[in-house]
Order: sequence, then structure tokens, then C-alpha cells
Amino acid sequence: MIQPAQYLALAAMLFTTGVVGVLTRRNSIIIFMSIELMLNAVNLTLVTFSRMHGNLDGQVLAFFVIIVAAAEVVVGLAIIMSLFRRKASASVDEAKSMKW
Amino acid sequence: MPEKILFWVLAPVALGSGIAMVLARNAVHSALLLVLNFFALSVFYVMLDAHFLAAVQVIVYAGAIMVLFLFVIMLLGVDRRESLDESIRFQRPLALLLGAGFVGVAVFTIHSTLGTATFQGLSEANAPGNVEAVGRVLFTKYTFPFEVASVLLIVAAIGAMVLGRRRDEEEAASHIADMASKEEPAPAPFPNEERV
Repeated sequence: MIQPAQYLALAAMLFTTGVVGVLTRRNSIIIFMSIELMLNAVNLTLVTFSRMHGNLDGQVLAFFVIIVAAAEVVVGLAIIMSLFRRKASASVDEAKSMKW
Repeated sequence: MPEKILFWVLAPVALGSGIAMVLARNAVHSALLLVLNFFALSVFYVMLDAHFLAAVQVIVYAGAIMVLFLFVIMLLGVDRRESLDESIRFQRPLALLLGAGFVGVAVFTIHSTLGTATFQGLSEANAPGNVEAVGRVLFTKYTFPFEVASVLLIVAAIGAMVLGRRRDEEEAASHIADMASKEEPAPAPFPNEERV
């Protein structure tokens, strides 16, 4: 039988992978995908706790996380697109001026 | 012990695809590895009795969101090289150190506080079927957040349209500046494009 701790440790490792990706990569799209990885790791934690405690609130919360992630992806990719139009680059270093 | 076998087969797949996603040079490879990671997570959801979320994970994440990512990668061009010089000194080693420290602290905390915890199981809560049970919770206890989520999605759609449109007035301004600096009118940047 798999214990909750194993799922939680796996989720922590996936989350850390996402954190390291955000901190090391420059391509804004890959940074964005690392954020998705972190959100998914949190979802795995929520679903694990849902089964551990025997109620469904965790699953509903994970469902809301998916909704918010969808909205976030739409807006974030639009921002990356308009940034690319200005700077002709998807690198986050180009956006450090935060002005046109 | 099918759960144990599945877990120990899929955990390396999920972790390996995540690490490979971060390391991949090509953004398309990253996106495809992330899809693999999402599929592995969806199997974990099935193992954790979250059947509805497993379906949503495949449809929304692997289907819709990653297709959107691939669209944008293709629009921006896939063959862009990432510069390797660090704008902050020791950024990469420090990030790896931070990651290793965080994973150490997290795993230690999980094993010291929840190391002996067991699954209570969802067979009682899932008695009418997982989809029906989740729907019941969603539309009774969480009705208001559900409605707020619909507002959020509309705002996100409108925001994407606002951010994605071409700014005609700014372009016209730069065009006038071009004409003022040069005597002859500058050629339109996109001659074949239809002006709205």
C-alpha cells in the first residue's frame, strides 16, 4: 500500500523542479510551463489530502486551481505575445525595463 | 499491489519528464514533456480516486492549455537560442542549491509529520460515483466560488483580447514620426495586412 507521504514527497519534488525552472530559465514560455508544473504539483498534494481525509473538498479545490490556471495561461500568453511584438524576443531579460 | 507497481513506474516518469522539461533546449520538446507529465499525473489522480479530475486534467491541461502553449511557441518561432550568460552572478548554482534545500526540508517535514499517516479512503464519499459526489459538493458548498470562477474566465478572455490586439493609435503615432524624420513616407511594416 502506498502511503500519503510518498505522494506528497513526489509532489514536493515536482514543485521544486518547477521552482528551479522559473529561477534558471530565460525563455518566458518555459518559465510559464514551469509555473504550470508547480500548479500541478499542488493539485497532486490537494488530491492526496482529499483521499487521506476521506472528503472531497480537496478535489473541488484542485478543480478551482485548474480553472484559475486556465485563465492565467490565457492572459500570460497574451502578455508574452505582446512583449514579443515589442521586443522581438521571448527572453525575460528583455522585459526588465517594464516600459514599452 | 497494482497501486504500488503503478506508483513506482509512474513516479520516475513524472519526475523525469518534469526535470527534462526544465532542461530541454527546444521549447517544443519542453511542451511535449510537460504533456507526458500531465498524463502521468492524471493516472495518479485515478489511483487517488479522483476520476473526474483525471478526465479534467487530460481534457483541460493536456488538451486545451498545452495546445495554446504550442500555438504560441509556433507563433514566436521555435529556433530561438537562449543566451547562457547570467545577468545575476551565480544564479544557476544558487537556484539549484535553493531547490535542493527546499526539497530536503519538504521531504523531511513530510516524513516526520505524516510518515505514518494512512489513507482514510474515499469509498464513502465516492459512494454515488466520483463525478456525482464532486458535483454535489461543487454546487452546494462551493456555489459562490464556482460563480466567481465564471466571472474570472470572462475577465481572462476579455483581457486576452485587449492584450492581443494591435495598438492602432500607437502604430499611427510611430508612422507619423517616421514620416517626419524622413521626407518620403516610410513603407508600411506589413503591406499585405488588412487594416481594421
